[in-house]
Amino acid sequence: MALCRFSLGICFHLFLSRINHKTFKMAAEGHKLAIFRGLLKFKSNQQKIWGVLIFLSIVTTIEVALGIIKPESLMVSFLRMKILNWIFIILTIVKAYYIAWDFMHIRDERSGLKNSIVLPLLILIPYLAFILLIEADYIFEVMDSGFVSWNF
Amino acid sequence: MEVTVNAENEEVWGGGNKPLNASYGKLMMWFFIVSDALTFTGFLVSYGFSRFKNINSWPIADEVFTHFPFLHGIDAPMYYVALMTFVLIFSSVTMVLAVDAGHHMQKSKVTFYMLLTIIGGAIFVGSQAWEWKNFIKGEYGALETRGGQILQFVDTTTGKRAAIQEFAIGVETDRATHQPSNGIWYQSETALPTVALAEVKKGFIEDENLVVRTQLLDENGQKTVLSRSESLAKVNEAVAVVEGANLVHNEYGNRLFADFFFFITGFHGFHVLSGVVINIIIFFNVILGTYEKRGHYEMVEKVGLYWHFVDLVWVFVFTFFYLV
Repeated sequence: MALCRFSLGICFHLFLSRINHKTFKMAAEGHKLAIFRGLLKFKSNQQKIWGVLIFLSIVTTIEVALGIIKPESLMVSFLRMKILNWIFIILTIVKAYYIAWDFMHIRDERSGLKNSIVLPLLILIPYLAFILLIEADYIFEVMDSGFVSWNF
Repeated sequence: MEVTVNAENEEVWGGGNKPLNASYGKLMMWFFIVSDALTFTGFLVSYGFSRFKNINSWPIADEVFTHFPFLHGIDAPMYYVALMTFVLIFSSVTMVLAVDAGHHMQKSKVTFYMLLTIIGGAIFVGSQAWEWKNFIKGEYGALETRGGQILQFVDTTTGKRAAIQEFAIGVETDRATHQPSNGIWYQSETALPTVALAEVKKGFIEDENLVVRTQLLDENGQKTVLSRSESLAKVNEAVAVVEGANLVHNEYGNRLFADFFFFITGFHGFHVLSGVVINIIIFFNVILGTYEKRGHYEMVEKVGLYWHFVDLVWVFVFTFFYLV
């Protein structure tokens, strides 16, 4: 009985690993090689990787340059935050998109998998950030209008 | 023992049907990544909470992280973290190249790229340790008031920060570091600051050019500098000397800043460290030919997902700690 179960297990395992192997091979060949909505097409997956690296490096360089120069024109407040900080956050999200889509191969995944990874994060993160930052801003107002002394 | 198979449901339950076209292992890695992403979200958002709560007195990151190796005394904000970011992005690229080589079953290429990835990760962890060392050691020192506010010092002749170790004047004191062996045995303390409070106060009173800089930010986003008479009053309220930063005291300003810095970059650094360890295990498996025998390099792809995720988190930590 035990032997029977064991051999069945082995058979099942072999069967599964064969399927795994097959689908893995299939996925490997089906890379999508265009970025920027098809504006830039690469000949091979390797070329795409280097292309994305160059893009990410450019974005990081822009961020660092802006962080060092801090142009006066971007220090204006917009929606309770400096425009410069908005630029930083947007560029960060752009970078995150290309890391996830091209390095983590989300671009090549089925839409079901893509959505079940991205949507929970896309819904929960802005929600949490929104309620906590609003709350923090309120606490700041309370403390700032004299209920707590700067020093005691 | 017999396995009954319903002929009608064979398509759905008979195995081989993969609605997401991803293996079990890959799906579980994605599960982990999504939940870990939410963990980091919690950390970074609570950092944002504390920052918005103290929006008019938060430390300025450019003034805190100014070191670069071999450039002593030169003000180099951000260059070092920018370098660390490039190192991590580059090790991400070598990782994805290893995955790609794995798809083509090129064992030597996978080995080479995995090695580069491990080296990149090790450089990054080392850099972070160096960054921590500078942060813990501190630069100018400060005084702390009873309310936990930090008083930093500015030399009005140059307009630059003044280090307490330099202007303090020696005062005779018999205060020594408390040892459990020669005092209350169940109490101990860490090393005393290099200068005593009385020495800093005396040095401050004697040098007419020194003024106090508070934590509060003015409308230009700069720290408020007090007048000489206000400074003297403030210095008299000070109760302790602070050098560097730890979880309780922080010479750079709000102590929450140091707490979050240690916690978030520490948690991320731990991810990088474990990523390097996992990469090393996979690296040896590649050399031993484990995946060659298995017929596919999916394991490299799975650890690659984790590695890219660590890179992804760093992109956000970089923005929220150093840029914004």
